[in-house]
Amino acid sequence: MADAMTVRVRQPFDRTLLLVLPAAAFMLLLFVYPFLYGLWLSFQPKDGGALANYSHFFTTDNLWPTIWITLRLALPATLINVGLALPIAYKMRVKSRYQRWVTTILVVPITLGTVLIAEGMLLYFGPKGWLSQFLQLLHIYDGAIRLTHNYWGVLISLVISGFPFAFLLILSYITGIDPVLARAAATLGADPWEQFRHIYLPLLAPGLAMCFCLAFVQAFSVFPSAVLLGSPAGPTRVISIAAYEAAFEQYDYSLASAIAMIMGFVQLVIVAAVLMLRSAFYRGPVVGGKG
Amino acid sequence: MKRDFSELRLDHVTRRFAGAGGKAFNALDELTLTVRRGEFICLLGPSGCGKSTALNCIAGLMNLSGGSIWLDDTRIDTLPPEKRGFGMVFQNYALFPHMSVARNIGFGLRMRGVGAEEAGTRIANALKLVQLTGQAHKLPGQLSGGQQQRVAIARAIVIEPPLILMDEPLSNLDAKLRIETRAEIRRIHHELDRATIYVTHDQDEALSLADRIVVMKDGVVQQIGTPQEVYAQPANLHVARFMGYRNVLTLDVTRQGGDRIEVAGEGIALTGIPKQAVAGPRAAVAIRPEEMVLGDDAGGNVIEGQVANVEYCGRDALLDVVTGGGTRLHVRGAVTIKRGDAVRVHVPAERALVYPAE
Repeated sequence: MADAMTVRVRQPFDRTLLLVLPAAAFMLLLFVYPFLYGLWLSFQPKDGGALANYSHFFTTDNLWPTIWITLRLALPATLINVGLALPIAYKMRVKSRYQRWVTTILVVPITLGTVLIAEGMLLYFGPKGWLSQFLQLLHIYDGAIRLTHNYWGVLISLVISGFPFAFLLILSYITGIDPVLARAAATLGADPWEQFRHIYLPLLAPGLAMCFCLAFVQAFSVFPSAVLLGSPAGPTRVISIAAYEAAFEQYDYSLASAIAMIMGFVQLVIVAAVLMLRSAFYRGPVVGGKG
Repeated sequence: MKRDFSELRLDHVTRRFAGAGGKAFNALDELTLTVRRGEFICLLGPSGCGKSTALNCIAGLMNLSGGSIWLDDTRIDTLPPEKRGFGMVFQNYALFPHMSVARNIGFGLRMRGVGAEEAGTRIANALKLVQLTGQAHKLPGQLSGGQQQRVAIARAIVIEPPLILMDEPLSNLDAKLRIETRAEIRRIHHELDRATIYVTHDQDEALSLADRIVVMKDGVVQQIGTPQEVYAQPANLHVARFMGYRNVLTLDVTRQGGDRIEVAGEGIALTGIPKQAVAGPRAAVAIRPEEMVLGDDAGGNVIEGQVANVEYCGRDALLDVVTGGGTRLHVRGAVTIKRGDAVRVHVPAERALVYPAE
């Protein structure tokens, strides 16, 4: 008996594991290698010690504030996107005649590129755009409206392009929650708001945290709309513009790599903070018993 | 939300659904029923008979297409579920996965603004009632199916509802636990002295639990009666089939008079009791396997046949007896009987129930 226990049964090699290879190769070549190369490059400045790029960044007046400028755009945009998507997705969780149409219309912007959105916004929100002309025509607001080439233009564009993403993600989380739970809460005396507050919201919290992280990372790396719709020399000089200038105007790849590393680190800090908050919530299955 | 009441009245409650091809059908057709305080009512029927629809209509989870529901003098079918205050136990329990057992049970009290101290006492009492003391801090996912089930019951009764609604609460439990929990439910019902409406497709469950059984089919009530009535005197052939009258023979009517009816055909001649007026030339005779007796009887009603199959059941055996005319009968008999034996079977005339042929 003891002998039989020690005989090791050799598992036959599972050949479906080979299907992982293309993806693994892809990751190595297009992510791991460039990342490590960039990290190494950031410690090889044109002149000075290994940390010269980093000390340059944090002591130069048009570099280090880009962190705050980017956060000032990315955090509100993410909060607005998640905050808008949550109630709409909650309403859309029940099948209705309009559900498919509303969902389609809300998701359309995801198919438009950032540049296309920027073009449209310049036409619509610009000083001589439709919105401005319309408001002036009806004498609702006669003053000058500036929603492009400043902070607001970039923020609006981040909301337009980021919303569908947050909406789809939250919708999939919400439809995963067993609607019988809310019905059970109703029979126990919970009105619709209390059903949302005590049942849906706590069960959604981990999903919302995840959605926040993904939407934030996307918004933090904003580049085209900051150039096209913002004022890239001033209030919307985001961190990716600083990296771009370092790489393609000053041809200092080493500094650009350092800026990219700092950018990644800031994203990591925010994501880690949100994920730590997430662990405070219940994260098990979202059904109420045996199915 | 009232705690005390004397009766719940369902008045022609109807629920329509859009069916295939846009044709509407009645999932629940004019259900009229009065439930008195202290009563245990079972809605019994096969799946799709409208019993769960009826329960959801009473709970307020589904709107009525017609009719009305009254709690004494208050019309309640226009109220949302949270204003009705009925306790409901769902088939898959619907426990809140992110709340501990105690918080699950206390949820209804919290929604009613019951103070922490009183809530604590009532939660502890409810836990004791369902015998789950000591499990208060666990999450539902850490409990077994039977325990989850009892949490669901505790959560529904802790709010002291006038009416407790149960939607097949035992269907996810194994056979042994099902019988134990069944007794628990009956005990709790008596202890609370409220009314319970219980939905099931299992006639044993209905017979053992209910004060009155409502047998349903295709949204229509077939019979309302005590377990004894429904078991021994099914109102129609459908109820008879559902209550275990496995032998249904469609034969020609030969004589009809008084409280007896004679039918014959396929080499069989039987005398039975008409349970419904038989107008046509043919009638259906319904007989339970356990009410057919092996052996001769002076009173007639004897059928001859050969044993074609034997299912051993422990105390006795379930026999398939095939008559000379090729009719297959289900009969209970002694375990000594073998396949191929020639047997004579008789049934008392008062236990051969005759209905119009379908």
